[in-house]
Amino acid sequence: MKAKAIVVTSGKGGVGKTTTTANVGAALARLGEKVAVIDVDVGLRNLDVVMGLESRVVFDLIDVLEGQTELKKALVRDKRIEGLYLLPASQTRDKEALDPEAFKEVVRRLFEEEGFDRVLIDSPAGIEKGFKTAAAPAEGALVVVNPEVSSVRDADRIIGMLEAAGVKENYLVINRLRPEMVKRGDMLAVEDVIEILGLKPIGIIPEDETVLVSTNVGEPLVLKADSPAGRALMDTARRIHGEEVPFPDLTPKEAGFFAALRRLFGGA
Amino acid sequence: MFWWRRKKKSKEAARDRLKMVLAYDRAKLPPGRVDALKRDLLDVLKRYFPADEHGVVVRVEERGEAMVLIAEVPVKS
Repeated sequence: MKAKAIVVTSGKGGVGKTTTTANVGAALARLGEKVAVIDVDVGLRNLDVVMGLESRVVFDLIDVLEGQTELKKALVRDKRIEGLYLLPASQTRDKEALDPEAFKEVVRRLFEEEGFDRVLIDSPAGIEKGFKTAAAPAEGALVVVNPEVSSVRDADRIIGMLEAAGVKENYLVINRLRPEMVKRGDMLAVEDVIEILGLKPIGIIPEDETVLVSTNVGEPLVLKADSPAGRALMDTARRIHGEEVPFPDLTPKEAGFFAALRRLFGGA
Repeated sequence: MFWWRRKKKSKEAARDRLKMVLAYDRAKLPPGRVDALKRDLLDVLKRYFPADEHGVVVRVEERGEAMVLIAEVPVKS
């Protein structure tokens, strides 16, 4: 993707925005980019716990906007992955404290003063001010969508709003796909979602139990080679980084294979 | 495939991390700021008795309905 500032959004809550932001951010840093991930969900901070950086938060985005601290001091460096930084949301303030123009200025300074290659912005759910602020500095978007009617409907609304706001380089991240259900005809297929929304995918992530395990312990999934979702998120980052990575075949055979493996090991 | 089973169950980690983070959320104190608090506390305490800087533990805990700040400061012998 050409866009350096990318908003991760979905409209609907609970579809995997924060997990996507954390892992794509970690993977891009692994690929050599200097990456800042920003949590814009003021009052409902979560990117810190998903990334396992919660105990190191000192200052937050609102502190920076209000000049209580320097931008550099508010950035939490991830010691496990070189080049990965978190700018946390405030947990104690309300959304009104966040002004879109001031936020744009912070993102500009991350590129120009701090030398970041990429900024990923984790948008709050909804279509109100929080989303608009998150999208304000963005040149592109990852629209996270689950193959499920309410999520697809909300994604469509969000895509329209992104375009209206001048966010142009937009891609789908189709999350929580269950190939065996698609095969049975009980879940929208990747092609259906693409056709309905008219947007290309940059990531297709299978439903995977290791996602919950990795958030339990606060470790990036993309560091685990044995996690199917982790691999898919790494591939997503490679495509964003500019590599040509074909989408792996997620058709039933593979799903059956994994199901057989799971049965063999007594259920994971 | 079972990388998480070698260690303690990931559920335990989730529980511990949530208890910690919620205590600090409720106290409206960012966890990372505890180090600064520790330094300031020591500066004051040292005026009154010989505190041992290395053994100082400061944390927020839930006690019934209330949040309490616990500071353990070893006295130099």
